[in-house]
Amino acid sequence: MGSLFRSESMCLAQLFLQAGTAYECLSALGERGLVQFRDLNQSVSSFQRKFVGEMKRCEELERILAYLVQEINKADIPLPEGETSPPAPPLKQVLEMQEQLQKLEVELREVTKNKEKLRKNLLELIEYTHMLRVTKTFVKRNVEFEPTYEEFPPLENDSLLDYSCMQRLGAKLGFVSGLINQGKVEAFEKMLWRVCKGYTIVTYAELDEPLEDPETGEVIKWYVFLISFWGEQIGYKVKKICDCYHCHIYPYPNTAEERKEIQEGLNTRIQDLYTVLHKTEDYLRQVLCKAAESVYSRVIQVRKMKAIYHMLNMCSFDVTNKCLIAEVWCPEADLQELRRALEDGSRESGATIPSFMNTIPTKETPPTLIRTNKFTEGFQNIVDAYGVGSYREVNPALFTIITFPFLFAVMFGDFGHGFVMFLFALLLVLNENHPRLNQSQEIMRMFFDGRYILLLMGLFSVYTGLIYNDCFSKSVNIFGSGWNVSAMYSSSHATKEHKKMVLWNDSVVRHNKVLQLDPSVPGVFQGPYPFGIDPIWNLATNRLTFLNSFKMKMSVILGIIHMTFGVTLGIFNHLHFRKKFNIYLVSIPELLFMLCIFGYLIFMIVYKWLVYSAETSRVAPSILIEFINMFLFPASETIGLYPGKSGYTLVRKDSEEEVSLLGSQDIEEGHNQMEDGCREVTNEEFNFGEILMTQVIHSIEYCLGCISNTASYLRLWALSLAHAQLSDVLWAMLMRVGLRVDTTYGVLLLLPVIAFFVILTVFILLIMEGLSAFLHAIRLHWVEFQNKFYTGAGTKFVPFSFSLLPSKFHNNDLA
Amino acid sequence: MAYNSLTVPLIMMSMFWGLMGFLVPWFIPKRPNQGVIISMLVTCSVCCYLFWLIAILAQLNPLFGPQVNNETIQYLKYHWP
Repeated sequence: MGSLFRSESMCLAQLFLQAGTAYECLSALGERGLVQFRDLNQSVSSFQRKFVGEMKRCEELERILAYLVQEINKADIPLPEGETSPPAPPLKQVLEMQEQLQKLEVELREVTKNKEKLRKNLLELIEYTHMLRVTKTFVKRNVEFEPTYEEFPPLENDSLLDYSCMQRLGAKLGFVSGLINQGKVEAFEKMLWRVCKGYTIVTYAELDEPLEDPETGEVIKWYVFLISFWGEQIGYKVKKICDCYHCHIYPYPNTAEERKEIQEGLNTRIQDLYTVLHKTEDYLRQVLCKAAESVYSRVIQVRKMKAIYHMLNMCSFDVTNKCLIAEVWCPEADLQELRRALEDGSRESGATIPSFMNTIPTKETPPTLIRTNKFTEGFQNIVDAYGVGSYREVNPALFTIITFPFLFAVMFGDFGHGFVMFLFALLLVLNENHPRLNQSQEIMRMFFDGRYILLLMGLFSVYTGLIYNDCFSKSVNIFGSGWNVSAMYSSSHATKEHKKMVLWNDSVVRHNKVLQLDPSVPGVFQGPYPFGIDPIWNLATNRLTFLNSFKMKMSVILGIIHMTFGVTLGIFNHLHFRKKFNIYLVSIPELLFMLCIFGYLIFMIVYKWLVYSAETSRVAPSILIEFINMFLFPASETIGLYPGKSGYTLVRKDSEEEVSLLGSQDIEEGHNQMEDGCREVTNEEFNFGEILMTQVIHSIEYCLGCISNTASYLRLWALSLAHAQLSDVLWAMLMRVGLRVDTTYGVLLLLPVIAFFVILTVFILLIMEGLSAFLHAIRLHWVEFQNKFYTGAGTKFVPFSFSLLPSKFHNNDLA
Repeated sequence: MAYNSLTVPLIMMSMFWGLMGFLVPWFIPKRPNQGVIISMLVTCSVCCYLFWLIAILAQLNPLFGPQVNNETIQYLKYHWP
């Protein structure tokens, strides 16, 4: 059997790494992914470990790289991802890389800051220009205004309101102009009115195009306002209110020439700023593009470096403080390659003294390693989800590859649905190298990971669908049915035989809605259908009566065989762990118990199938009642299934229970007393009471479990019944309605009906029923099958390997 | 008893799954996955053969017959041989 049958044997190795070569050796080990490191410094906190400084440096580099990636993504520059991952950088390169990255970061930050400043400046200038432009119209407009403020009556008659006018009035007129946010205009005006009591005139106009707010960066609508006031006190109040409302105030020009001058100046400045801003943005983009080329490989290199230092932190220094010692779990098959990796690493670092290793014996339980390929990985995951196997115990995944899809198919058995599932899985398998499928997330990822499981499930469902003779709830008649209707008519038989049988003729058929075929009439039943269930049962109204009996017996037979197989696998475990006494005292009693009771049940089922036929059907005993009577010893001896069977199995059953209960404890105790002397690592006191209790519990659990687990396998019957009924209902409610309509409207009706049928088939029958059957098949494996032999108390072997580090660019990974 | 029409399917299926389960495993080339493939073949043949066997044994000696509608009876009388 391949290595899938049992996990690999491991050994504990000690690596002696010279101080100079440690980094390179670990880099070589990480590339190959051979060994799992043990943490030798568990009592030391992470801040006190040897290589804390290096880790900090790595994290600093990671931070800079994350900032770089963020900036590159913001500027919408494409980030190329290399195909091969570069190796971890040698120590000489690290300093160089660090310098480069730091310089780059500083430069980037400075350039970005300058850019922001320039932009802000530009926005302010633009706002000033707008303000000047708009307030120019204010002054002219005020002339046409109706007087709204009584405090200004003398000015009504004036044609021009400007500074010279006000000077004639002798008032000290001041202007405050600026921009205010659209949402605040009303409140601003009200506040001014309340505070300044009419000693101000507020004029405002909306700016047509929305501008960007330099602080927040959002694009909002602005109102240009002009407040004219007189009096110094009012001036202060107005300025304070403007501050409160976050207005952008700009100096208002007093004369028209001043205004023109300012405007020209502003225009030139804006032009200059635009050019400078463009140049800055170009330069920034250039820098980022250059950085983007090498960012990916740098990220991978830094990740690998960090992983190496993380592992180095787990090693301890030896007495002379020159050499690092690491303890690793290594599979025995890979010891040669481990030596070679150490040699490679030593050679690369150019050290005179190479690093070496040697194995040390240990009593600790190594981690479990089972090598899988892309096909067996899915099934191994199913088993591991329950519990990773204990070291060197039999791995049920090898058999699960076939039994899991098979039990699923027994519950799902429909040729059409199975075929659709098979096609879907085939699609996934043939396109498994497609990049989009490889990177899919969540639900699609689950389907993708289980593509081989789906493939086998579909394939087996096709087979069981053929045997159940169920294709979208219809049966196919390939070989010709074994039931002949015309033989039931009296015209088919000689008159002298009419007395013994109930036969039909045309009037009988016409007057009775339903009639039952009688297999005892010669010629009616011509033999079993050679492959599967006879298609006539699909047309029968008592179809379920027959199918239930068939499927229940089938479930019980399959279940008992599955469980017996589980117990047999336990024998292999006992053989491997050198506990031969367990075979005689645990496995053999378990097998005898199971086979003598439930094996006998199977025998009764098959016997009844073979021996009793339609003629003797009146006296055919019910198997269930016989079975129960075997335990209950009823007062009146009913006719047994065959003469002389009643007591024998009870004797066997009682004796096995006795043996299994006590026997294994005795030998366990004897064996352990021998081993007591050589127990070092685990200082267990041998406790007779404990062993007795565990064995008693195990025996009772096993005996009761046998009965309940056998009954549990009836879910095979239940789910296949549910599936068949759902399928039938869907057909009757949808397709039959669509197919019965006349041809005139039939085509129009049939298309949506078929579409609806397909959708419901996919969602209800394939997805819902599929998930349900999947779940129940898993439960049957995890509980009923595996508790016969599987402990599943191990830990998984996680090697130090760079391929396990994330290799794709996800921004959240870098943060 | 309807043993006559049992023999042919029985021989055919037993031979097919027997070949799959006992003969073909000897011819699987010695690759690293040889063990997995052999155990898959054997398990598959056992499961599928057993399933088919149960189906045919259950129908061998039926204790009762199907109950059919009278319309279906008339259809079957003329259309099924």
